[in-house]
Amino acid sequence: MIQAEVILNAARELNIQAAIEVPKDVQSKIEKMEEKETNRLSRYVLGKILENYDAATQDRRPMCADTGLPRYYVKLGNDAVVEGGLVRLEKTLRQATADTTASIPLRPNRVHPFSRKDYNNNVGIHAPTVDYSLEPDADWVDLTVVHKGGLFGGDYRMLFPADGIPGLKRFFLDSIAEFLRRGMSCQPAVIGIGVGGTKDVCVRLAKEASCLRILGDRNPDPEIAALEEELIDLGNSAGFGPMGFPGNSAVLDVHIEAAYAHTGGMPVGIQQFCYAQRRKTVRIFGDNTTRYRQDPGWFTPYYRRDTIE
Amino acid sequence: MADQSPGGIREINLTLPASQEDIASLKLGDAVYLNGLVFTGREGVYHRIFEKKVTPPMDISKLGGATFHCSPAICEVSPGVYNVPSVTATASFRFAKYMPDFLERFGIQIVIGKGGMMPDVYKKVFVPNGTVYLTTVGYGLGAIYGRGIRRVKDVVWKEELGLAQAIWVLEVENFGPFMVESNVLGESLFEQANQEINPKLMALYEGLPEPALKRLGEVNSPDIEVL
Repeated sequence: MIQAEVILNAARELNIQAAIEVPKDVQSKIEKMEEKETNRLSRYVLGKILENYDAATQDRRPMCADTGLPRYYVKLGNDAVVEGGLVRLEKTLRQATADTTASIPLRPNRVHPFSRKDYNNNVGIHAPTVDYSLEPDADWVDLTVVHKGGLFGGDYRMLFPADGIPGLKRFFLDSIAEFLRRGMSCQPAVIGIGVGGTKDVCVRLAKEASCLRILGDRNPDPEIAALEEELIDLGNSAGFGPMGFPGNSAVLDVHIEAAYAHTGGMPVGIQQFCYAQRRKTVRIFGDNTTRYRQDPGWFTPYYRRDTIE
Repeated sequence: MADQSPGGIREINLTLPASQEDIASLKLGDAVYLNGLVFTGREGVYHRIFEKKVTPPMDISKLGGATFHCSPAICEVSPGVYNVPSVTATASFRFAKYMPDFLERFGIQIVIGKGGMMPDVYKKVFVPNGTVYLTTVGYGLGAIYGRGIRRVKDVVWKEELGLAQAIWVLEVENFGPFMVESNVLGESLFEQANQEINPKLMALYEGLPEPALKRLGEVNSPDIEVL
Protein backbone atom coordinates (compact mmCIF):
# COMPACT_ATOMS: atom_id res chain seq x y z
CA MET A 1 0.00 0.00 0.00
CA ILE A 2 1.25 3.48 -0.85
CA GLN A 3 1.60 5.41 2.40
CA ALA A 4 0.08 8.86 2.84
CA GLU A 5 3.32 10.14 4.35
CA VAL A 6 5.28 9.12 1.27
CA ILE A 7 2.77 10.98 -0.90
CA LEU A 8 2.98 14.07 1.34
CA ASN A 9 6.78 14.19 1.20
CA ALA A 10 6.83 13.58 -2.55
CA ALA A 11 4.19 16.26 -3.22
CA ARG A 12 6.13 18.80 -1.14
CA GLU A 13 9.34 17.98 -2.98
CA LEU A 14 7.56 18.29 -6.34
CA ASN A 15 6.30 21.78 -5.52
CA ILE A 16 9.79 22.85 -4.45
CA GLN A 17 11.55 21.47 -7.52
CA ALA A 18 8.86 22.76 -9.89
CA ALA A 19 9.03 26.28 -8.45
CA ILE A 20 12.83 26.56 -8.47
CA GLU A 21 14.39 24.32 -11.15
CA VAL A 22 13.46 24.88 -14.77
CA PRO A 23 13.23 21.65 -16.79
CA LYS A 24 16.38 21.01 -18.83
CA ASP A 25 14.48 20.72 -22.12
CA VAL A 26 13.17 24.27 -21.69
CA GLN A 27 16.51 25.74 -20.64
CA SER A 28 18.38 24.27 -23.62
CA LYS A 29 15.68 25.45 -26.03
CA ILE A 30 15.94 29.01 -24.69
CA GLU A 31 19.74 28.78 -25.03
CA LYS A 32 19.35 27.84 -28.70
CA MET A 33 16.86 30.66 -29.25
CA GLU A 34 19.27 33.17 -27.70
CA GLU A 35 22.05 32.05 -30.06
CA LYS A 36 19.82 32.47 -33.12
CA GLU A 37 17.88 35.62 -32.17
CA THR A 38 19.13 38.68 -34.04
CA ASN A 39 16.94 41.42 -32.56
CA ARG A 40 18.86 43.39 -29.91
CA LEU A 41 15.97 43.72 -27.42
CA SER A 42 14.70 40.14 -27.79
CA ARG A 43 18.20 38.76 -27.42
CA TYR A 44 18.75 40.79 -24.25
CA VAL A 45 15.54 39.42 -22.74
CA LEU A 46 16.44 35.82 -23.60
CA GLY A 47 19.82 36.32 -21.92
CA LYS A 48 18.13 37.59 -18.76
CA ILE A 49 15.72 34.65 -18.78
CA LEU A 50 18.70 32.29 -18.76
CA GLU A 51 20.39 34.28 -15.98
CA ASN A 52 17.20 34.02 -13.96
CA TYR A 53 17.06 30.23 -14.29
CA ASP A 54 20.58 30.12 -12.83
CA ALA A 55 19.80 32.61 -10.06
CA ALA A 56 16.76 30.58 -8.99
CA THR A 57 18.70 27.32 -8.83
CA GLN A 58 21.77 28.83 -7.15
CA ASP A 59 19.81 30.70 -4.46
CA ARG A 60 16.90 28.25 -4.19
CA ARG A 61 14.39 31.00 -5.04
CA PRO A 62 11.19 30.59 -7.05
CA MET A 63 12.06 31.39 -10.69
CA CYS A 64 8.86 33.45 -10.93
CA ALA A 65 6.96 35.09 -8.10
CA ASP A 66 3.63 34.57 -9.83
CA THR A 67 2.80 31.17 -8.43
CA GLY A 68 0.01 30.96 -10.95
CA LEU A 69 -2.65 28.46 -9.99
CA PRO A 70 -0.82 25.51 -8.45
CA ARG A 71 -2.38 22.21 -9.48
CA TYR A 72 -1.86 18.48 -9.61
CA TYR A 73 -2.26 15.84 -12.28
CA VAL A 74 -2.59 12.36 -10.81
CA LYS A 75 -2.30 9.22 -12.90
CA LEU A 76 -3.58 6.26 -10.93
CA GLY A 77 -2.38 2.77 -11.73
CA ASN A 78 -5.38 0.45 -11.80
CA ASP A 79 -3.76 -1.77 -9.16
CA ALA A 80 -2.50 1.03 -6.92
CA VAL A 81 -3.72 1.01 -3.33
CA VAL A 82 -3.44 4.29 -1.47
CA GLU A 83 -3.55 4.58 2.32
CA GLY A 84 -6.85 6.17 3.31
CA GLY A 85 -8.11 6.04 -0.28
CA LEU A 86 -8.43 8.87 -2.74
CA VAL A 87 -10.04 11.21 -0.20
CA ARG A 88 -6.87 10.99 1.89
CA LEU A 89 -4.79 11.48 -1.26
CA GLU A 90 -6.59 14.72 -2.06
CA LYS A 91 -6.25 15.98 1.50
CA THR A 92 -2.52 15.19 1.35
CA LEU A 93 -2.09 17.15 -1.88
CA ARG A 94 -3.93 20.15 -0.43
CA GLN A 95 -1.72 19.92 2.66
CA ALA A 96 1.44 19.87 0.50
CA THR A 97 0.32 23.00 -1.35
CA ALA A 98 -0.32 24.85 1.91
CA ASP A 99 2.97 23.65 3.44
CA THR A 100 5.14 24.64 0.50
CA THR A 101 3.37 27.97 0.01
CA ALA A 102 4.86 28.88 3.39
CA SER A 103 8.17 27.02 3.14
CA ILE A 104 9.47 27.96 -0.33
CA PRO A 105 7.68 30.50 -0.08
CA LEU A 106 5.19 30.80 -2.91
CA ARG A 107 2.96 33.79 -3.45
CA PRO A 108 -0.48 33.00 -2.04
CA ASN A 109 -2.43 33.57 -5.22
CA ARG A 110 -5.74 31.90 -4.59
CA VAL A 111 -8.62 34.09 -3.46
CA HIS A 112 -12.39 33.76 -3.31
CA PRO A 113 -13.64 35.15 -6.65
CA PHE A 114 -16.26 37.40 -5.07
CA SER A 115 -15.01 38.38 -1.61
CA ARG A 116 -11.33 38.17 -2.74
CA LYS A 117 -10.63 36.51 0.64
CA ASP A 118 -7.14 34.98 0.69
CA TYR A 119 -6.27 32.21 3.15
CA ASN A 120 -2.61 32.90 2.26
CA ASN A 121 -1.97 29.23 1.52
CA ASN A 122 -3.17 28.66 -2.08
CA VAL A 123 -5.96 26.42 -0.80
CA GLY A 124 -9.68 27.06 -1.24
CA ILE A 125 -12.70 26.00 -3.26
CA HIS A 126 -11.40 23.85 -6.17
CA ALA A 127 -7.90 24.96 -5.21
CA PRO A 128 -5.52 23.34 -5.79
CA THR A 129 -7.15 21.71 -8.80
CA VAL A 130 -6.59 17.95 -8.98
CA ASP A 131 -7.12 16.11 -12.27
CA TYR A 132 -7.01 12.34 -12.65
CA SER A 133 -6.33 9.78 -15.33
CA LEU A 134 -5.97 6.01 -15.17
CA GLU A 135 -3.38 3.50 -16.33
CA PRO A 136 -3.96 -0.27 -16.63
CA ASP A 137 -1.62 -2.94 -15.26
CA ALA A 138 0.22 -0.62 -12.86
CA ASP A 139 0.53 -0.42 -9.08
CA TRP A 140 2.06 3.06 -9.05
CA VAL A 141 0.73 6.59 -8.79
CA ASP A 142 2.23 9.35 -10.92
CA LEU A 143 2.01 12.82 -9.42
CA THR A 144 2.71 15.90 -11.53
CA VAL A 145 2.66 19.41 -10.13
CA VAL A 146 2.23 22.43 -12.40
CA HIS A 147 2.49 26.10 -11.43
CA LYS A 148 1.15 28.02 -14.40
CA GLY A 149 -0.18 31.55 -14.63
CA GLY A 150 -3.77 31.97 -15.57
CA LEU A 151 -4.60 35.46 -16.81
CA PHE A 152 -3.48 35.49 -20.45
CA GLY A 153 -2.87 33.11 -23.32
CA GLY A 154 -6.00 30.97 -23.17
CA ASP A 155 -8.84 31.06 -25.69
CA TYR A 156 -11.65 28.98 -27.16
CA ARG A 157 -13.37 29.03 -30.52
CA MET A 158 -16.22 26.92 -31.90
CA LEU A 159 -14.99 26.02 -35.36
CA PHE A 160 -16.85 23.83 -37.82
CA PRO A 161 -15.64 21.26 -40.34
CA ALA A 162 -16.06 23.93 -43.03
CA ASP A 163 -13.52 26.13 -41.16
CA GLY A 164 -11.13 23.16 -41.18
CA ILE A 165 -7.36 23.45 -40.88
CA PRO A 166 -7.27 27.00 -42.36
CA GLY A 167 -9.72 28.04 -39.63
CA LEU A 168 -7.52 26.42 -37.00
CA LYS A 169 -4.44 28.23 -38.36
CA ARG A 170 -6.29 31.52 -38.27
CA PHE A 171 -7.34 30.93 -34.67
CA PHE A 172 -3.73 30.05 -33.82
CA LEU A 173 -2.49 33.30 -35.39
CA ASP A 174 -5.27 35.25 -33.66
CA SER A 175 -4.20 33.89 -30.28
CA ILE A 176 -0.63 34.98 -31.06
CA ALA A 177 -1.75 38.45 -32.16
CA GLU A 178 -3.86 38.74 -28.99
CA PHE A 179 -1.46 37.54 -26.37
CA LEU A 180 2.11 37.90 -27.66
CA ARG A 181 1.94 41.68 -27.97
CA ARG A 182 3.72 43.25 -24.98
CA GLY A 183 4.55 39.67 -23.98
CA MET A 184 1.31 39.13 -22.13
CA SER A 185 1.80 35.35 -22.47
CA CYS A 186 5.31 35.62 -21.03
CA GLN A 187 6.67 33.96 -24.17
CA PRO A 188 8.63 32.09 -25.40
CA ALA A 189 5.77 29.74 -24.63
CA VAL A 190 4.56 26.25 -25.32
CA ILE A 191 1.27 26.46 -27.16
CA GLY A 192 -1.14 23.63 -26.39
CA ILE A 193 -4.11 23.07 -28.67
CA GLY A 194 -7.07 20.82 -27.94
CA VAL A 195 -9.24 19.96 -30.93
CA GLY A 196 -12.61 18.24 -30.71
CA GLY A 197 -14.64 16.94 -27.78
CA THR A 198 -16.88 19.47 -26.07
CA LYS A 199 -15.99 23.02 -25.11
CA ASP A 200 -14.69 22.00 -21.70
CA VAL A 201 -12.81 18.96 -23.05
CA CYS A 202 -10.91 20.82 -25.78
CA VAL A 203 -9.91 23.54 -23.31
CA ARG A 204 -8.79 20.91 -20.79
CA LEU A 205 -6.79 19.06 -23.45
CA ALA A 206 -5.17 22.32 -24.56
CA LYS A 207 -4.04 22.94 -20.99
CA GLU A 208 -2.70 19.42 -20.63
CA ALA A 209 -0.97 19.63 -24.03
CA SER A 210 0.78 22.86 -23.00
CA CYS A 211 1.88 21.61 -19.57
CA LEU A 212 2.30 17.84 -19.73
CA ARG A 213 4.43 17.09 -22.80
CA ILE A 214 8.17 17.76 -22.98
CA LEU A 215 9.62 19.90 -25.75
CA GLY A 216 10.19 18.09 -29.01
CA ASP A 217 7.54 15.47 -28.26
CA ARG A 218 5.30 14.88 -31.30
CA ASN A 219 1.76 13.53 -31.39
CA PRO A 220 1.84 9.86 -32.51
CA ASP A 221 -0.65 10.64 -35.30
CA PRO A 222 1.61 11.66 -38.23
CA GLU A 223 -0.94 14.11 -39.61
CA ILE A 224 -1.23 15.90 -36.25
CA ALA A 225 2.55 15.77 -35.77
CA ALA A 226 3.06 17.49 -39.14
CA LEU A 227 0.56 20.19 -38.17
CA GLU A 228 2.41 20.72 -34.88
CA GLU A 229 5.63 21.37 -36.78
CA GLU A 230 3.91 23.63 -39.28
CA LEU A 231 2.43 25.73 -36.48
CA ILE A 232 5.79 26.04 -34.69
CA ASP A 233 7.20 27.61 -37.87
CA LEU A 234 4.11 29.74 -38.37
CA GLY A 235 4.24 31.01 -34.78
CA ASN A 236 7.92 31.88 -35.00
CA SER A 237 7.38 33.64 -38.33
CA ALA A 238 4.81 36.08 -36.95
CA GLY A 239 7.50 38.57 -35.97
CA PHE A 240 7.32 38.33 -32.18
CA GLY A 241 10.11 37.76 -29.72
CA PRO A 242 9.88 37.77 -25.93
CA MET A 243 7.90 40.71 -24.46
CA GLY A 244 6.37 41.31 -27.89
CA PHE A 245 9.59 42.86 -29.17
CA PRO A 246 10.40 42.16 -32.81
CA GLY A 247 12.03 38.77 -33.21
CA ASN A 248 11.53 35.14 -34.04
CA SER A 249 11.70 33.57 -30.58
CA ALA A 250 8.10 33.18 -29.46
CA VAL A 251 7.08 29.53 -29.63
CA LEU A 252 8.99 26.86 -27.71
CA ASP A 253 6.77 24.12 -29.08
CA VAL A 254 3.23 23.36 -30.25
CA HIS A 255 1.44 20.35 -28.84
CA ILE A 256 -1.91 19.28 -30.28
CA GLU A 257 -4.33 16.79 -28.75
CA ALA A 258 -7.48 15.42 -30.35
CA ALA A 259 -10.81 14.24 -28.94
CA TYR A 260 -13.68 12.83 -30.95
CA ALA A 261 -16.00 15.71 -31.76
CA HIS A 262 -19.67 16.26 -32.55
CA THR A 263 -20.16 15.29 -36.18
CA GLY A 264 -21.00 18.91 -37.03
CA GLY A 265 -18.33 20.61 -34.94
CA MET A 266 -14.61 21.21 -34.47
CA PRO A 267 -14.23 23.11 -31.19
CA VAL A 268 -10.70 24.31 -30.44
CA GLY A 269 -9.05 25.39 -27.19
CA ILE A 270 -5.65 27.09 -27.03
CA GLN A 271 -3.43 27.50 -23.98
CA GLN A 272 0.01 29.07 -23.77
CA PHE A 273 2.45 28.02 -21.04
CA CYS A 274 5.21 30.57 -20.36
CA TYR A 275 8.97 30.05 -20.31
CA ALA A 276 8.88 29.69 -16.51
CA GLN A 277 7.78 26.09 -17.07
CA ARG A 278 7.16 24.96 -13.56
CA ARG A 279 6.35 21.27 -13.78
CA LYS A 280 7.75 18.16 -12.13
CA THR A 281 6.67 14.54 -11.91
CA VAL A 282 7.26 11.70 -9.48
CA ARG A 283 6.25 8.05 -9.69
CA ILE A 284 5.40 6.45 -6.36
CA PHE A 285 5.59 2.68 -6.68
CA GLY A 286 3.57 0.12 -4.73
CA ASP A 287 6.61 -0.54 -2.51
CA ASN A 288 6.75 3.18 -1.59
CA THR A 289 9.92 3.91 -3.53
CA THR A 290 9.90 7.09 -5.61
CA ARG A 291 11.43 8.17 -8.90
CA TYR A 292 11.46 11.83 -9.95
CA ARG A 293 11.50 12.78 -13.61
CA GLN A 294 11.06 15.67 -16.04
CA ASP A 295 8.64 14.04 -18.48
CA PRO A 296 5.10 14.04 -17.07
CA GLY A 297 4.26 11.02 -19.26
CA TRP A 298 0.60 12.01 -19.10
CA PHE A 299 -0.39 11.17 -22.68
CA THR A 300 -0.02 7.39 -22.63
CA PRO A 301 -1.39 5.19 -25.42
CA TYR A 302 -4.14 4.17 -23.00
CA TYR A 303 -5.09 7.81 -22.34
CA ARG A 304 -5.35 8.44 -26.09
CA ARG A 305 -7.14 5.15 -26.89
CA ASP A 306 -9.88 5.21 -29.52
CA THR A 307 -11.34 1.75 -28.97
CA ILE A 308 -13.68 0.18 -26.38
CA GLU A 309 -10.77 -1.46 -24.56
CA MET B 1 25.42 56.54 -14.26
CA ALA B 2 25.14 54.90 -17.68
CA ASP B 3 26.94 51.84 -18.88
CA GLN B 4 26.72 49.97 -22.17
CA SER B 5 26.01 46.24 -21.83
CA PRO B 6 27.67 43.82 -24.29
CA GLY B 7 24.31 43.36 -26.05
CA GLY B 8 24.07 47.04 -26.92
CA ILE B 9 21.54 47.88 -24.20
CA ARG B 10 22.37 50.97 -22.15
CA GLU B 11 22.30 50.18 -18.43
CA ILE B 12 21.43 52.93 -15.94
CA ASN B 13 21.78 53.00 -12.17
CA LEU B 14 19.19 55.25 -10.50
CA THR B 15 19.02 56.38 -6.88
CA LEU B 16 15.48 57.00 -5.66
CA PRO B 17 13.84 59.41 -5.45
CA ALA B 18 15.26 60.25 -8.86
CA SER B 19 15.92 63.82 -9.96
CA GLN B 20 13.88 65.28 -12.80
CA GLU B 21 17.06 65.34 -14.89
CA ASP B 22 17.62 61.62 -14.28
CA ILE B 23 14.04 60.80 -15.28
CA ALA B 24 14.27 62.99 -18.38
CA SER B 25 17.49 61.30 -19.46
CA LEU B 26 15.89 57.85 -19.71
CA LYS B 27 15.62 56.58 -23.28
CA LEU B 28 13.32 53.90 -24.64
CA GLY B 29 14.98 50.50 -24.25
CA ASP B 30 17.40 51.54 -21.50
CA ALA B 31 17.80 48.95 -18.73
CA VAL B 32 17.40 50.59 -15.33
CA TYR B 33 18.56 49.40 -11.90
CA LEU B 34 16.94 51.03 -8.87
CA ASN B 35 18.30 51.89 -5.41
CA GLY B 36 16.12 53.14 -2.57
CA LEU B 37 12.43 52.52 -1.85
CA VAL B 38 9.83 50.91 -4.10
CA PHE B 39 6.26 50.26 -2.97
CA THR B 40 3.89 47.70 -4.44
CA GLY B 41 0.22 48.13 -5.33
CA ARG B 42 -2.32 46.35 -7.49
CA GLU B 43 -6.11 45.86 -7.73
CA GLY B 44 -6.68 45.45 -3.99
CA VAL B 45 -4.86 48.68 -3.19
CA TYR B 46 -6.52 50.73 -5.94
CA HIS B 47 -9.94 49.36 -5.05
CA ARG B 48 -9.47 50.29 -1.41
CA ILE B 49 -8.17 53.79 -2.09
CA PHE B 50 -10.40 54.81 -5.00
CA GLU B 51 -13.57 52.69 -4.76
CA LYS B 52 -13.85 52.34 -0.99
CA LYS B 53 -12.26 55.77 -0.38
CA VAL B 54 -10.00 54.55 2.41
CA THR B 55 -6.97 56.73 3.12
CA PRO B 56 -3.80 54.63 3.55
CA PRO B 57 -2.54 54.70 7.15
CA MET B 58 0.85 55.82 5.80
CA ASP B 59 1.74 58.85 3.71
CA ILE B 60 2.41 57.18 0.38
CA SER B 61 3.51 60.44 -1.19
CA LYS B 62 6.58 60.35 1.09
CA LEU B 63 7.81 56.98 -0.23
CA GLY B 64 9.84 58.41 -3.10
CA GLY B 65 7.43 58.05 -6.00
CA ALA B 66 8.30 54.62 -7.40
CA THR B 67 5.41 52.16 -7.48
CA PHE B 68 5.41 48.57 -8.68
CA HIS B 69 2.40 46.66 -10.05
CA CYS B 70 3.23 43.37 -8.45
CA SER B 71 3.14 41.20 -5.43
CA PRO B 72 5.98 39.18 -4.02
CA ALA B 73 6.42 35.55 -3.10
CA ILE B 74 6.63 36.24 0.60
CA CYS B 75 6.44 34.57 3.96
CA GLU B 76 6.30 36.07 7.46
CA VAL B 77 9.05 34.11 9.15
CA SER B 78 8.37 35.66 12.58
CA PRO B 79 6.22 38.68 13.47
CA GLY B 80 7.41 41.56 11.28
CA VAL B 81 10.23 39.54 9.69
CA TYR B 82 9.74 38.52 6.08
CA ASN B 83 11.40 36.25 3.55
CA VAL B 84 10.98 37.71 0.03
CA PRO B 85 12.91 35.48 -2.36
CA SER B 86 11.15 36.45 -5.55
CA VAL B 87 9.03 39.20 -7.07
CA THR B 88 7.42 39.57 -10.50
CA ALA B 89 5.04 42.10 -12.01
CA THR B 90 1.39 41.85 -12.96
CA ALA B 91 -0.12 43.34 -16.14
CA SER B 92 -0.51 47.10 -15.75
CA PHE B 93 -3.12 47.92 -18.42
CA ARG B 94 -5.99 47.06 -16.11
CA PHE B 95 -4.99 49.74 -13.61
CA ALA B 96 -5.01 52.52 -16.22
CA LYS B 97 -8.28 53.99 -14.96
CA TYR B 98 -6.76 54.71 -11.53
CA MET B 99 -3.59 56.33 -12.87
CA PRO B 100 -4.84 59.95 -13.24
CA ASP B 101 -5.69 60.25 -9.54
CA PHE B 102 -2.93 57.97 -8.33
CA LEU B 103 -0.02 59.69 -10.10
CA GLU B 104 -1.09 63.17 -9.13
CA ARG B 105 -2.17 62.51 -5.54
CA PHE B 106 0.94 60.56 -4.56
CA GLY B 107 3.57 62.26 -6.73
CA ILE B 108 4.50 59.14 -8.69
CA GLN B 109 7.61 59.49 -10.90
CA ILE B 110 8.08 55.87 -11.90
CA VAL B 111 5.50 53.17 -12.55
CA ILE B 112 6.94 49.67 -12.83
CA GLY B 113 4.92 46.76 -14.11
CA LYS B 114 4.22 44.28 -16.88
CA GLY B 115 3.39 45.19 -20.45
CA GLY B 116 2.96 48.93 -20.15
CA MET B 117 -0.13 51.02 -20.84
CA MET B 118 -1.93 51.98 -24.02
CA PRO B 119 -0.33 54.98 -25.82
CA ASP B 120 -3.08 57.47 -24.99
CA VAL B 121 -2.65 56.80 -21.25
CA TYR B 122 0.96 57.94 -21.49
CA LYS B 123 0.07 61.05 -23.47
CA LYS B 124 -2.89 62.09 -21.34
CA VAL B 125 -1.85 60.97 -17.87
CA PHE B 126 1.85 60.14 -17.60
CA VAL B 127 3.33 63.07 -19.53
CA PRO B 128 1.53 65.84 -17.56
CA ASN B 129 2.81 64.26 -14.34
CA GLY B 130 6.37 63.79 -15.63
CA THR B 131 5.99 60.06 -15.01
CA VAL B 132 7.82 57.29 -16.88
CA TYR B 133 6.91 53.63 -17.21
CA LEU B 134 9.49 50.91 -16.63
CA THR B 135 8.58 47.38 -17.63
CA THR B 136 9.99 44.33 -15.94
CA VAL B 137 12.12 42.27 -18.32
CA GLY B 138 10.79 38.95 -19.61
CA TYR B 139 8.29 39.06 -16.73
CA GLY B 140 9.36 35.82 -15.08
CA LEU B 141 12.67 37.06 -13.67
CA GLY B 142 11.51 36.51 -10.09
CA ALA B 143 14.81 35.27 -8.75
CA ILE B 144 16.89 38.09 -10.26
CA TYR B 145 14.54 40.72 -8.88
CA GLY B 146 14.46 38.92 -5.53
CA ARG B 147 18.22 39.40 -5.28
CA GLY B 148 17.72 43.17 -5.37
CA ILE B 149 15.43 43.31 -2.34
CA ARG B 150 17.36 44.21 0.81
CA ARG B 151 14.43 44.08 3.21
CA VAL B 152 10.77 44.79 3.78
CA LYS B 153 10.66 48.25 5.33
CA ASP B 154 6.94 48.30 5.93
CA VAL B 155 3.64 46.71 4.97
CA VAL B 156 0.20 48.31 4.78
CA TRP B 157 -3.19 46.52 4.83
CA LYS B 158 -1.67 43.06 5.20
CA GLU B 159 -4.67 41.79 7.17
CA GLU B 160 -7.26 43.61 5.06
CA LEU B 161 -5.90 42.61 1.63
CA GLY B 162 -3.78 39.50 2.24
CA LEU B 163 -0.12 38.90 1.42
CA ALA B 164 -0.59 39.09 -2.37
CA GLN B 165 -2.43 42.42 -2.40
CA ALA B 166 -0.94 44.42 0.49
CA ILE B 167 1.28 47.47 -0.05
CA TRP B 168 4.83 46.25 0.50
CA VAL B 169 7.43 48.95 1.01
CA LEU B 170 10.67 47.40 -0.20
CA GLU B 171 14.20 48.65 0.36
CA VAL B 172 16.04 47.78 -2.84
CA GLU B 173 19.61 47.85 -4.11
CA ASN B 174 20.72 47.26 -7.67
CA PHE B 175 17.10 46.18 -8.26
CA GLY B 176 16.54 45.40 -11.91
CA PRO B 177 16.83 45.35 -14.84
CA PHE B 178 13.69 47.30 -15.72
CA MET B 179 13.35 48.50 -19.29
CA VAL B 180 12.20 52.00 -20.21
CA GLU B 181 8.90 51.41 -22.01
CA SER B 182 7.67 55.02 -21.89
CA ASN B 183 9.83 58.12 -21.48
CA VAL B 184 8.91 61.66 -20.38
CA LEU B 185 7.62 62.38 -23.90
CA GLY B 186 5.12 59.52 -23.63
CA GLU B 187 6.73 57.52 -26.43
CA SER B 188 6.28 53.76 -26.14
CA LEU B 189 8.67 50.92 -26.90
CA PHE B 190 5.80 48.42 -27.21
CA GLU B 191 3.97 50.69 -29.62
CA GLN B 192 7.09 50.87 -31.78
CA ALA B 193 7.39 47.07 -31.64
CA ASN B 194 3.77 46.65 -32.75
CA GLN B 195 4.27 48.98 -35.68
CA GLU B 196 7.32 47.02 -36.78
CA ILE B 197 5.68 43.60 -36.40
CA ASN B 198 2.23 44.26 -37.88
CA PRO B 199 3.09 44.08 -41.61
CA LYS B 200 4.85 40.73 -41.16
CA LEU B 201 2.03 39.36 -39.04
CA MET B 202 -0.74 40.50 -41.38
CA ALA B 203 0.97 38.85 -44.36
CA LEU B 204 0.56 35.46 -42.68
CA TYR B 205 -3.23 35.84 -42.73
CA GLU B 206 -3.35 35.74 -46.50
CA GLY B 207 -5.68 32.95 -47.63
CA LEU B 208 -7.01 32.19 -44.15
CA PRO B 209 -10.77 32.79 -44.03
CA GLU B 210 -12.61 34.40 -41.12
CA PRO B 211 -14.36 31.89 -38.87
CA ALA B 212 -17.90 30.84 -39.82
CA LEU B 213 -19.16 31.78 -36.36
CA LYS B 214 -18.47 35.31 -35.07
CA ARG B 215 -18.48 36.53 -31.48
CA LEU B 216 -19.76 39.83 -30.14
CA GLY B 217 -17.60 42.38 -28.42
CA GLU B 218 -14.28 41.54 -30.06
CA VAL B 219 -11.79 43.46 -32.16
CA ASN B 220 -12.03 42.39 -35.79
CA SER B 221 -8.50 42.81 -37.07
CA PRO B 222 -5.32 41.14 -35.84
CA ASP B 223 -3.33 44.39 -35.97
CA ILE B 224 -5.56 45.98 -33.31
CA GLU B 225 -4.60 45.31 -29.70
CA VAL B 226 -7.15 43.54 -27.51
CA LEU B 227 -6.35 45.61 -24.40
